[in-house]
Amino acid sequence: MKRSRFVLKEIVRGGWITARHFTVNMARHTLRLFGLRTARPGAVTIQYPEQVKPLAPRHKSLHRILVRESGLPQCVACMMCATVCPSECIFIEAAETDDPEVQKYPATFIIDLNRCCFCGFCVEACPEDAIRMDTGEIRLSATARKDLEYPLEKLLR
Amino acid sequence: MTDTLILVVKIVLALTWTMLLALFLTWVERKESAVIQDRIGANRASILGVRAFGLFQPFADALKMIFKEDFSPAFSSRALHTIAPLISFFFTAVAVVAMPFGDSIRLGGRTVALQVADVDAALLFVLAMLGLGIYGILVGGWASNSRYPLLGSLRGAAQLISYEVALGLSLVGLVMVFPSLRLSEIVRFQGGILLGFLPKWGIFLQPLGFAVFFVAALAETKRVPFDLPEGESEIIGFYTEYGGLKWGLFMMTDFLEVIVVSCLAATLFFGGWQVPWLGAGGFRFPWGGGWALPAWTVTLLQVVSFNLKVAFFCWLQVLIRWTYPRFRYDQVMTLGWKLLVPAGALNVLLTGLVLVLK
Repeated sequence: MKRSRFVLKEIVRGGWITARHFTVNMARHTLRLFGLRTARPGAVTIQYPEQVKPLAPRHKSLHRILVRESGLPQCVACMMCATVCPSECIFIEAAETDDPEVQKYPATFIIDLNRCCFCGFCVEACPEDAIRMDTGEIRLSATARKDLEYPLEKLLR
Repeated sequence: MTDTLILVVKIVLALTWTMLLALFLTWVERKESAVIQDRIGANRASILGVRAFGLFQPFADALKMIFKEDFSPAFSSRALHTIAPLISFFFTAVAVVAMPFGDSIRLGGRTVALQVADVDAALLFVLAMLGLGIYGILVGGWASNSRYPLLGSLRGAAQLISYEVALGLSLVGLVMVFPSLRLSEIVRFQGGILLGFLPKWGIFLQPLGFAVFFVAALAETKRVPFDLPEGESEIIGFYTEYGGLKWGLFMMTDFLEVIVVSCLAATLFFGGWQVPWLGAGGFRFPWGGGWALPAWTVTLLQVVSFNLKVAFFCWLQVLIRWTYPRFRYDQVMTLGWKLLVPAGALNVLLTGLVLVLK
């Protein structure tokens, strides 16, 4: 019972804090409802599907493979990304090109997003700067697993 | 015949008022907690694209609950399991009939009290109905024939019966001061003037009594911080084995109890439908002067005043629910028996002393 004095004080303080939050936020909501801007909004909520938070510049999202001016993929099928990939989700089949400067290109390049853990090691490993993870696409979902195996055509951009 | 008709209309109106308030209290609870926590809260329920701050949410919830499976486990006592939420709900809802919403009005040559039933010992009636609500919890927990519900219901019974004592004691002082147990007369008495300017409200006559009453009444609603019967985080509580509309009835009972407690606090301690210095003919200010008002304006002001007071106490209870963490079980018992009951007894003693010395 000796500590009950402090408990009473804390009870009043706690109620004061929540009541203050309620009043201040309510005032902000009301002002904004009537079109008056306040220094801060009444809530920190982002109404997601309608309102999207900008991604950080160093974010990792869906992969893309860069394209050369000649139309070929930047990738030279060196298999570095497939080797470094901890999820083993990259499948590459190499083929020869007529261009003596390039020599090889990926005939198939599949990223299995079912397995991908978005670590970004493939981006780090690539000697040609051919693969990047900066498309900004983070809403990746599908109704079938097959749809998440992205072939080269879907990755080139 | 006409009397019966009036009674039926009053019952329907009171029930509608209570149910609508209880329904929208679920919305208030979600929104108020959201505003307190810098969130927005439920706002997606819409009818034809009209969201209206999520005001349709209670209806969406109700619809969902109605269409859920009416399930009772094979090991439960089916009849008691079904009847328990009804007991809980009925006895809490019925307490509203004693609440005076306003002064009597003259309607076509007869006096109509804005109250469903002017029960003679209304104060005792309301306490008795709140007390009977315990049976819903007890029967529900026991009929579930499962361990956690039983634990929850036993906790609930112990807690509610303990706090009933404090609740009763806190009102004894009030009974000593007020001339009657009739709620209508209690409210009428509070229309007087104290010390020349204060309205003669229960809070000014019985400040300690109000403190004890409010804490005990909070415990009676068995919501956080006194939600030991439910105890979400440890035992799921007396309604573990309930689902769908039966569970919904238990939840509605919680909100009904909030309403009944708000009504009681407003009626007993904050002058019910009284507006400060508003008499039958209009305002009469203690510093002289007045403001004559027609009878219907006075009645309207009284009803609005009662509703505002009830709304304030509902708001306060939701605020309390979203502010304080749960008590431990022994803390609840300590608070009830070692603090509230002695404080209530002290209040009775002090009231008696003041009444004798006056």
